[in-house]
Amino acid sequence: MEVELLYWEGCPSHPQALADLRAALGPDVPVTVRAIESEEQAIAERFPGSPTIRVDGADLFPSDDPPALTCRVYRLADGRFSPTPDPGLLREALSGVR
Amino acid sequence: MSLAFTLPDTDGNPTPLHVDGARAAVVVFTCNHCPYALAWHDRLQAVARDYADRGVRFLQINPNDGAKYPRDSFEAMKARVDAGEFASPYLHDATQEVARAWGAKTTPHVFVTDATGVVYEGAPDADHNDPSLNAGWLRAALDDVLAGRPVANPSTTPVGCSVKWK
Repeated sequence: MEVELLYWEGCPSHPQALADLRAALGPDVPVTVRAIESEEQAIAERFPGSPTIRVDGADLFPSDDPPALTCRVYRLADGRFSPTPDPGLLREALSGVR
Repeated sequence: MSLAFTLPDTDGNPTPLHVDGARAAVVVFTCNHCPYALAWHDRLQAVARDYADRGVRFLQINPNDGAKYPRDSFEAMKARVDAGEFASPYLHDATQEVARAWGAKTTPHVFVTDATGVVYEGAPDADHNDPSLNAGWLRAALDDVLAGRPVANPSTTPVGCSVKWK
């Protein structure tokens, strides 16, 4: 399983997302962290915002948003807006692809 | 540079910072697309409602480039206001001159002013993810101003999405 976290430096959410992702995966699964640095790269990578988590190339939380250098909007389990995925939903999504 | 401004609300009405009788003004740079702005949104609307009858003017301003970020377009602002999501005027800074003059860095970025100028700037509270904090830093600053005291905590670090400059 290849896990990637794509982020844009202009959004401050990626350290929390990476910590949540590593906590959900455990110590034995490596995470590749890649910065998206330009609009051209965002388009080429189909990057809908920061952070984006991909497993084997597929977005763990599929989005219809167009590629952009922006912060991505997630919903917590209770419906509140968040800049990072709900940790419980993240674990659930990862267990579905393992 | 003067911080005074007049910007259009979502009905096109020119809306000034200063009005007679206000003891303080809150200016929040915010937007539609940013998860931090959305996470803090309800807490900020509660402050606008709670202090409305205490002489506090509350203005929210979208400074973002709506061409690059269509969710921050004027039409998208109007849709949110028409849906009842805002407890105070939501103003459009199309030229971004007001955001630059105020030094807005993020959405949200909160400022409190009184007759002497800016007396608080920063975040609404310590954690976008904890509604129980209730925009406490902003409320404390307003309470100090309304009590005639110096603001005890005049500056915090704003947290959110960077302002999307043209």
